[in-house]
Amino acid sequence: MAHFIDRRLNGKNKSSVNRQRFIRRNKAQIKQSVSDAVTDRSVTDVETGERVIIPKRDLSEPFFHQGEGGIRERVHPGNDQFQQGDKVDRPPAGGGAGDNAGDGEASDSGDGADEFSFEISRDEYLDLLFEDLELPNLEQKETSKIEDYNVVRAGYSSVGLPNNINIIRSLRKSQARRIALTGSKRRELRVLEQRVSDLMNHHAPNPAELNQLNNDIDILKKKIAKVPFIDDFDLQFNNYIHQPNPSSQAVMFCLMDVSGSMDQATKDIAKRFYILLYLFLSRNYNKIEVVYIRHHTQAKEVDEHEFFYSQETGGTIVSSALKLMHDIQQKRYPAGQWNVYAAQASDGDNWTDDTPLCHQLLEHSILPNMRYFSYIEITTRAHQSLWDAYDKLTATQPTFAIKHIKEIADIYPVFRELFTKQSTR
Amino acid sequence: MNKANRLDDCSDWTFDKLESYHAQIKNIAQRYKLDTYPNQIEIITSEQMMDAYSSVGMPIGYSHWSYGKKFIQTQQGYHRGQMGLAYEIVINSNPCIAYLMEENSMTMQALVIAHACYGHNSFFKNNYLFTTWTDADSIIDYLVFAKKFISECEEKHGIEAVENLLDSCHALMNLGVDRYKRPTKISIHDELMRQQEREEYLQSQVNDLWRTVPQKTEGDTSTKTHFPSEPQENILYFIEKNAPLLLPWQREVIRIVRKISQYFYPQKQTQVMNEGWATFWHYTILNTLYDDGVVGEKFMLEFLHHHTNVVHQPAYNRKNYSGINPYALGFAMFIDIRRICEEPTDEDRYWFPDIAGSDWLETLHFACKNFKDESFISQYLSPKLIRDMKLFSVTDDSEVSYVLVDSIHNEVGYRAIRENLAKQYNLSNLEPNIQIYDVQVDGDRSMTLRYYPHQSIPLGDSTEQMLKHLHSVWGFDIKLEQRDDNGEIETLATCPSSTKR
Repeated sequence: MAHFIDRRLNGKNKSSVNRQRFIRRNKAQIKQSVSDAVTDRSVTDVETGERVIIPKRDLSEPFFHQGEGGIRERVHPGNDQFQQGDKVDRPPAGGGAGDNAGDGEASDSGDGADEFSFEISRDEYLDLLFEDLELPNLEQKETSKIEDYNVVRAGYSSVGLPNNINIIRSLRKSQARRIALTGSKRRELRVLEQRVSDLMNHHAPNPAELNQLNNDIDILKKKIAKVPFIDDFDLQFNNYIHQPNPSSQAVMFCLMDVSGSMDQATKDIAKRFYILLYLFLSRNYNKIEVVYIRHHTQAKEVDEHEFFYSQETGGTIVSSALKLMHDIQQKRYPAGQWNVYAAQASDGDNWTDDTPLCHQLLEHSILPNMRYFSYIEITTRAHQSLWDAYDKLTATQPTFAIKHIKEIADIYPVFRELFTKQSTR
Repeated sequence: MNKANRLDDCSDWTFDKLESYHAQIKNIAQRYKLDTYPNQIEIITSEQMMDAYSSVGMPIGYSHWSYGKKFIQTQQGYHRGQMGLAYEIVINSNPCIAYLMEENSMTMQALVIAHACYGHNSFFKNNYLFTTWTDADSIIDYLVFAKKFISECEEKHGIEAVENLLDSCHALMNLGVDRYKRPTKISIHDELMRQQEREEYLQSQVNDLWRTVPQKTEGDTSTKTHFPSEPQENILYFIEKNAPLLLPWQREVIRIVRKISQYFYPQKQTQVMNEGWATFWHYTILNTLYDDGVVGEKFMLEFLHHHTNVVHQPAYNRKNYSGINPYALGFAMFIDIRRICEEPTDEDRYWFPDIAGSDWLETLHFACKNFKDESFISQYLSPKLIRDMKLFSVTDDSEVSYVLVDSIHNEVGYRAIRENLAKQYNLSNLEPNIQIYDVQVDGDRSMTLRYYPHQSIPLGDSTEQMLKHLHSVWGFDIKLEQRDDNGEIETLATCPSSTKR
């Protein structure tokens, strides 16, 4: 009358459609929440999802319900002190009264009652963050730097190692060969055997004829038996090949001015821009390397922490960083194998005599090797010579873009503007 | 005791052990004449349990964002440890589907089998509300039909359009039940056939009602005909049948939501009884297992631990008090009825002359079949139980600054407490009474609804949003009036609100 069913192996993500619906419906808020969250991430942290917060009122499912007020009679358990006719101060709303006429459940401590927060996965996070964006000038690079191979089955072969023998295939071939080689002999054999049995049915079989026939039969049988059961060329081997695993790779240069005029707030803005760029690249490339170059009057390659958090003083010579980047790129990241991206952040200060040099470096040696070079200027002051020089470049160089950022809130819009799909631009 | 029958009480379960426990439980259930649908017991993981949670426990459901929201909430609550998952979910269907979580120990599985597969199952099969209002044979088929229909609608008309309609329907779900008319049973084949006929027929009816050419009725302009002739309580039904602008598929979607709402309506009215009944039976069956020597002390101690958690009733002044625990009240009442039958006191003989000393099993089965929470409490709540639970009744009138304790567990209070507790489970007191009062057939097609406050309790603050939902399905102006006890009519809200007078 009862039967047990083990459902544990059935899919467990029955609700994923509904979850997607939920995200779809609240996309605007979730997107907002996602772009706010960019701030708190490390540049290369792309493994985790993100916590998203949505105001609860946007999620309410209203229904007609009774409000406060009127006359209510309630029965409660555990009377320890009351007598009939007692008049008691009204307990604070929500407590004790046990009146849950649809005002939603009171939230436990922890999340606020007016917010609904939940985790989205990494993929959902990135999808939302970079919706409608694409990498400019995307080009298939030659995959000369092959990192690993996959061993994959590739049909069958007639040569191979004994441990790869495919028994079924080999025996099938052996059987086919035996059928083919012995077919005519077996046909003859059947005829002879028929004649023998015909003779035997006669009352007086001719002994000589019978002998002759039996002789022939023996010879035929021997011939048939001589066809080998298995032959070298029956053997079939499972064939494996090494398939190269093509990997597209990118290198991202982060250039930043760390001279005295760059304060921590400005650097934080720059950091956010780098995070976005890194996340974005990581969606398109399997392998990304990040090179941090900071500079004042001299440039230096550093690690992430030093890049963002150490303070230097002194003047600014941008070309030093450009030169260093060019050297590193030429040495370690040949443009034939690597997709090279660079993002430069600065407050616009530069030693005026250096600016023409920067222009020249970019135009002649750097930009030809670049997928995309974006320059952001984080300043609230007027532009200086560097901006003007760069601005001239944008007219002739499609892989070069500059944007001006005044405050934190500008970052995401500027980033989106830089990478908006060509078609939607 | 017969040690040979003793079942393995190691706490890990296996399918073999489940079978043997089930066989014993079934045996005892039959001894107690529990009449059930066949059981289909499914073992699921906690993730799957969360899926089941978010689709209101149904195995199949159409897609909607609100289920996604529910799922996310459940998942979070569970992962943070704020909330445990139920040990089981049981579906009122034939065969009766029960979900058991794989994390449960063997004792828990036995408890759940007794509770869900024999307790709830027999309640579903026998209680009059379930037998008249729901159709266990066809519900799964109907859900399959609904899911398919709605996903087809999404393909044809876009997710957005379907979602908006479902939002409005869900909002009005509580007002989509027939309380008096009996729905007819129908199989999935008929359902599919009839769905298309209905589409055409309905549309023609609606067209008839909203014929634009005015029909001249000779002379009598004075007697204005009222439509609907009687106020309508089933708002979704009325809209499905009469809304002028809805497309056939939209009517069908409304119908689906209405049907599902109707299916759940009995469960809302029998929470105390249903849980009490199931709890009573797991308690009785497992104790009988122990008496028969089939399980030992180890099993019983674990079982009693869970059982006491389930029937725990915090007092009114405790922090974790959130109203009366239906498991506790229901269980106590069924135990009490058994006591009244088996060991009646003089008080019981005075209060319950017809059941005191009668056959307890028959009395219990009678109670299971013929009552809902409200009537069950007003019929069977005994003075002893009122004393045991120390029930007291409080009146909270917003006009005065205090709350009044009007009865406590003493001789003068018993009847009042019983009456008040019963009322507390009367859905028509808990859900606002809103009816369609008038529709301007000849005029601007506006719809007027009336709210009849119960004990001058006003409507909650969702009214404005609700009118928007109504407006979106009806398609024309909506007006909500309140008619209080002295017959005074007051307009609460209109949608669109700009036409406010």
